[in-house]
Amino acid sequence: MTGMTNIVKTVTRIIGGVVFLFGLYIVTHGHLSPGGGFAGGTIIAGAFILLVLAYGDNIMHLRRIKEESSALENIAIFCILIMATVGFMLGAKVFFNNFLPTGVAGQLISAGFIPLFNILIGIEVAAALFTIFLAFVIFKEEEK
Amino acid sequence: MSAFIPFFVILPLAGAFVIPVFSGYWKNMGKVLTPTLMLVLLALSVMFFFRDSAVFVYYVGGWELINGVPVGIQFVVDGLSVLMLSIINLVAFFASFYSISYLKKFTGDKYFYALFCLMVAGMNGVVITGDLFNLFIFLEIAVIASYALVAFGIEREELEASFKYQVLGGLASLLVLLGIAVLYWKTGSLNIADISWVLKQEGSSPSLLFIQILFIAGFGLKAAMIPFHAWLPDAHSSAPAPISAMLSGVLIKAVGVYAIMRLFFNMFELTYEMSMLILVIGTISMVGGVFLAIGQWDFKRLLAYHSISQMGYVFLGLGMGMVILSVNGNKAVAVMAIAGGLYHMVNHAVFKGLLFLNSGAVEYKTGTRMLKELGGLSENMPLTSTSSFGASMAISGIPPFNGFFSKLMIIVAAVQGQFYLMAALAVLVSIITLASFMKVHRYAFSGNLRFRDLKKFGEAPFSMLFSMLVMAGLCLLLSLLIIPVFRDIFLTPAVNDLMNLLNYSQPIIGF
Amino acid sequence: MILYFLCFVLFLVGLYGVITRRNVIKIVLGICIMEYSINLLLVLIGYVHDGAAPIIVKGSTETNFVDPLPQAMVLTVIVIGLATTAMLLAIAIRVYRKHGTFDIREIKNLKG
Repeated sequence: MTGMTNIVKTVTRIIGGVVFLFGLYIVTHGHLSPGGGFAGGTIIAGAFILLVLAYGDNIMHLRRIKEESSALENIAIFCILIMATVGFMLGAKVFFNNFLPTGVAGQLISAGFIPLFNILIGIEVAAALFTIFLAFVIFKEEEK
Repeated sequence: MSAFIPFFVILPLAGAFVIPVFSGYWKNMGKVLTPTLMLVLLALSVMFFFRDSAVFVYYVGGWELINGVPVGIQFVVDGLSVLMLSIINLVAFFASFYSISYLKKFTGDKYFYALFCLMVAGMNGVVITGDLFNLFIFLEIAVIASYALVAFGIEREELEASFKYQVLGGLASLLVLLGIAVLYWKTGSLNIADISWVLKQEGSSPSLLFIQILFIAGFGLKAAMIPFHAWLPDAHSSAPAPISAMLSGVLIKAVGVYAIMRLFFNMFELTYEMSMLILVIGTISMVGGVFLAIGQWDFKRLLAYHSISQMGYVFLGLGMGMVILSVNGNKAVAVMAIAGGLYHMVNHAVFKGLLFLNSGAVEYKTGTRMLKELGGLSENMPLTSTSSFGASMAISGIPPFNGFFSKLMIIVAAVQGQFYLMAALAVLVSIITLASFMKVHRYAFSGNLRFRDLKKFGEAPFSMLFSMLVMAGLCLLLSLLIIPVFRDIFLTPAVNDLMNLLNYSQPIIGF
Repeated sequence: MILYFLCFVLFLVGLYGVITRRNVIKIVLGICIMEYSINLLLVLIGYVHDGAAPIIVKGSTETNFVDPLPQAMVLTVIVIGLATTAMLLAIAIRVYRKHGTFDIREIKNLKG
C-alpha cells in the first residue's frame, strides 16, 4: 500500500515513539493508576498501526510481520497460563494464587504478580490488534 | 478432586493457543492433540460422576468468603454440571476424531483445531461457573469461535449463513448483557447464589419481570426457540459436518437450555406466568419445527429443523416441571417431567450428532446434500446407512433405542400432570418425525443408485466410521438409563440440584 | 433517573439500525451502538452520590468511593465488543468479495 504525504511521515517519525512510551507507562503502572493491560495494549497497538498507515509497505514484508505478530500473541497467552499454573503448584491448590511477595502499597514493585500479568496482557492485546489490522490490509492488497 | 475443576477450561485453552504456534514444526499437531485432549477431558468428567460429596466449590484465586459475602469467582460443580460436562466432552471427542479425515477437503486445518478447542473451552466454562458475568464471558468465547467455524469453507452460502448467525447471535448476547446490568443494579451482586438470597429477601417487583423476559429472549435466541429460530437452518446446514454436530448437539444446549435452567430454577423464584411462557414456547417450537421440516429436500437443513423440534421437547419437559413446582402441585410428576427433559437432552446430543456426521460422510463421498440426487447408497456404504438407520429410529422414538424412553417419560408426565393437549401434540410430532425420516431413508439410502457419476465409490474413511459406529452403539447403550440403578447415578443428582434451591446455594454462602 | 432512560433509548436506536438498514456496514454500526449504550448504563449504575474515583492515593483519607466493579465489567465488555466487531467486519468484506454488493436484500441464496 502506498504511504501518505511527507508531512504525515515526518510527524509520525516524531510522535510514534512517544505514543509507544506512553502505552508502556499505562501498562506498567496498572496497579497504581487507571489503565492496566487492555488500555495500555491498545495504545501500543496504535503506535504500530500508525507506522504502517503512514509509511505503507509492500505486501511480502507485511506478511512476514503478521506471522511474527500472531505467534507473539499466542506465546503471550501461553505464558499467562504457565504463570497461573505455577501459582497452582506452589502453596494452596488454586489457580491465580498471588505467590510473589506484595510490598508496600503505592510503590511500583508491589502487589505480587499483578504488574507481570499486566505486561503480558499488554503484549497480547497489542499483538492481537496489530494482527487483525494486518490481516485486513493483506486481504485488501491481495485483491489487486 | 476439586483441584481438577479448572482443568476443564485451562486444558482446551492451552491447546487452542499452542496449536497454531507449533504447527509449523510438527505438521500433524492439531490432528493428534485435539482428540487426545478431548479424551482426557471426557475421562475427567466421567470420573466426576463417582464422587464423594454432592457439590464441589472451587474458589478461583483463593478468594474465600469475607463475612459470608462471596467476593471472588467460584466454580461450582454439582450434578447438573457434571451431566452437561460429560455430554459436551463426549460429542467433542467424536467430532474431533471424525474431522481428522473430513478436513482433507479444506486447507488451514490448524486454525480449525484451535477454534474447536476454544469453543470447547468456552462451553466447559459456561457449565461450571457460578458467577453471572463469568457465564457471559465464557458464552461469548464459545459463540465467537463458532461464528468463525461456521464460515470455515469460504463459499457464498457459508458466508451468508455466518453473517446472519452473527447478527442474531450478537443481538442475543447484548440482550443477556442488558439483563445482567439491570440485575446488578437491582441486587448489587454478581454471584448466582448470592443473588438468589437477595431476591428471596426482597420479593418480586416489575423490574424483575423485565429481567426475566430479557433472559428468556436472549437465551431463547441462543437455544433456537420458535420466535427466534431464523438463524438455525442456515447456520447448521452450511457449516462443515463435525461443526454442525457440535453446534446442534451441544452448543444450543450448553449456552441456551443450561443457562435458562440454572437461572430459572436456582436463581429466580418460580412464578406461574414465566413457567407457562416457557411451556408454551416449548410446545410451539416442537410443533412448528417438525412442520417446517417436512417439506425440506436438503438433508442437513431437514436435520436442523428437526433440532428445533427436539429442543421443544426438552423445553416441554422443563416447562411442565416448572409449572407444577410453581403451583406446589404433585412433586413426583415434576420430578419425572424434569428427568425426562434432561434425559432427552442427553439422547438428542448423541443421535443428532450421529445424524449430522452421517450427512457429512454422504457429502464427503458424493459431494451433494440434496435428497433428490442421492439414492441407493446402502449398497456402497453399508455401515454408514446402518448407523443412520439406527439414529433415525432413535429420533423417532422407536424402542429399544434411547429416544423412545425419554419421550415416554415426558409424555407420561404430561398425562399425569393433566396437560392432555401437550401429550397429544407430543405423540403427533413423534409420528410426523418418523414419517420425515422414512422419507430421508427412502431417498438417500434405499432404492436405485440414482447418483450421476456411476463409478464405484467405497465406504467412508476409518476415522469417520469409528465415530459414527461408536455413537450408534451409544444410542442403544443410553437406553439403559431408564433402569433405576443407572438413573440414580447419572440423572437423579441433576434433577435434585434443579429442584432444591438450597442444594445450590448452601455450600457457597451457607443458607 | 432520566440518564438511565436515555441509555435505554440509545439501545433502541441501535436496534432500529440493525432492523431497518439495508447496508451491511450500517447493520454492524447498529450492533456497535447497542453495545456502547450498555457500557454507558453499566458505568452509570455504579455511581455513588459524592463519591471519589476508586483509587487509593498515598496520604489521603477518602472513604466514599464510586463502585469499581461496573468499571471492571465495562473494560471486559469493551474488549468483547472489539472481538465481535472484528469478526463481523471480516465476514462482511468477504461477503462483498463473493457477492459483489453490500445490499442485504440481494444476498439471499439460502431460502426456505
